[in-house]
Amino acid sequence: MADLNSDPQGPRPRRVFSRTNIMLYGTLIVVALYYLLPLYVMIATSLKGMPEIRLGNIFAPPVEVTFEPWVKAWSTACTGINCDGLSRGFWNSVQILVPSVILSIAIASINGYALARWRFKGSELFFSILIVGAFIPYQTMLYPLVIILREIGLMGSLWGLVLVHTIFGMPILTLLFRNYFAAIPEDLHKAARVDGAGFWGIYFRIMLPMSLPIFVVAMILQVTGIWNDFLFGVIYTKPDTYPMTVQLNNIVNSVQGIKEYNVNMAATLLTAAVPLLLYFVSGKLFVRGIAAGAVKG
Amino acid sequence: MILTVLVVFVGGTTWTVVHSFTKSKLLPKLNFVGLDQYERLWGTRRWLVSIENLAMYGALSLIFTLVIGFTLAALLDRKIRGEAVFRTIFLYPFALSFIVTGLAWQWILNPDLGVQQVVRDLGWTTFELNPLNNPETVMYGILVAGLWQGTGLIMVIMLAGLRGIDEDIWKAARVDGIGTTKTYVRIIIPMMRPVFVTALVLIASGIIKLYDLVVALTNGGPGLSSEVPAKYVINYMFRAQNLGQGFAASTMMLVSVAIILIPWAFLEFGGKKRG
Repeated sequence: MADLNSDPQGPRPRRVFSRTNIMLYGTLIVVALYYLLPLYVMIATSLKGMPEIRLGNIFAPPVEVTFEPWVKAWSTACTGINCDGLSRGFWNSVQILVPSVILSIAIASINGYALARWRFKGSELFFSILIVGAFIPYQTMLYPLVIILREIGLMGSLWGLVLVHTIFGMPILTLLFRNYFAAIPEDLHKAARVDGAGFWGIYFRIMLPMSLPIFVVAMILQVTGIWNDFLFGVIYTKPDTYPMTVQLNNIVNSVQGIKEYNVNMAATLLTAAVPLLLYFVSGKLFVRGIAAGAVKG
Repeated sequence: MILTVLVVFVGGTTWTVVHSFTKSKLLPKLNFVGLDQYERLWGTRRWLVSIENLAMYGALSLIFTLVIGFTLAALLDRKIRGEAVFRTIFLYPFALSFIVTGLAWQWILNPDLGVQQVVRDLGWTTFELNPLNNPETVMYGILVAGLWQGTGLIMVIMLAGLRGIDEDIWKAARVDGIGTTKTYVRIIIPMMRPVFVTALVLIASGIIKLYDLVVALTNGGPGLSSEVPAKYVINYMFRAQNLGQGFAASTMMLVSVAIILIPWAFLEFGGKKRG
């Protein structure tokens, strides 16, 4: 993929206030407003009280700003019998996220390195299986994993979900690392071997320091993917260990009680906060991360 | 490590396919019944509705995502000011989960307090915008949310493709007096074929996965009108305790992925060596 930051190639519009230019910017601004609208509505709703929501207009900015819905969403909103808010789901998600990201990146980077530089018997076949694996619908592997997790006693636990995320992150991450490492000049590798460095020596002292960007890309990809996961969370955990997305859906789509739209929107924003923050902070690298991760089956 | 991947990806998939030929109910058993599960599957209204929904959603999503993604990319590629700002805005929904996307749109499309009510308050009292509660239109409601979330990614991919095209092409087209639109349609798009193929594969594999968004927006309702295959699988495997049906349905999903991927693999890897 070409770099997004190289110069635009399209034709240059001539005058500043030409009709084309007005059309161009007009369209872009209207579309941008449309894309921003849901975020704005969520924020506005989450800052209103319920009476204001019932009487007012969904697009109106809050008249009386209140942070109560945020507090309620975080600490007292109910899912089933648990009334300790989304904070439980948040901490579950954090506990799932941190080990999954570290484990999957550590394993995949070593894998990718081995596949790129140390050919072993069947490495080509293994690589092909990984690529194909990235496209197999998860649905065909869900139940066998339930059996495996049950056998090793991790079904329903946070560590079980960590294992699941690590396994399913493998194809795409390995591919990412292999392609990156393969592009590092082979002479470097040869020189290091002449100097007596072994498999791990080369990995830690040459490959790792040279590949910081790809590690960041992998991290963005994994953090977003794991945080946003719903399917695995709903299948491999139980109410106590629900990740944030699952808990959020249960809070908002519960059928009991009166709907508190402001609390719902605050909860939704809380769940969206982590990937959004990552997105706005990481910018260009995020684009690379998702472009790579989008291949994920 | 290699073992794990082999066990889960190869073993797991094989296991599921094998068990789709059994009449497993609550527990997986190897009591083979041939193609019974598949016959049942294709005789179940819920599955047929799911397939029909996915086909419609898929076709529309494919067309609109490509058209919107390419158009936005083409607009952004015209040496405009603030390109980075627009790009950031168009892409941010992609950072959000389908659950968040679904819940946000569910609220916007809320019939009592959402857009419908706002327009009615403005004086147009018969205005109707309540797609999620109408079996006829519910898939369009889901499509709107899905497009909002996913078009940014395709825009970025298209933009990268446009950046890869030599400026001389534009100069040559201008010298020959070919208009901008015509240049895009006749010259640029054909040149971007590989980018379109990548985008196509991305969109298609995303469509087959469609699950969370439906759960968050409608949970399959009203009635069965927004059921999708992925949801059918989960439902039969984990709620209705009819494993055999779930396995058969997931095998069908695997088959449909293969149908999309095999031609693509030929295009991509055919002739030259892989890797």
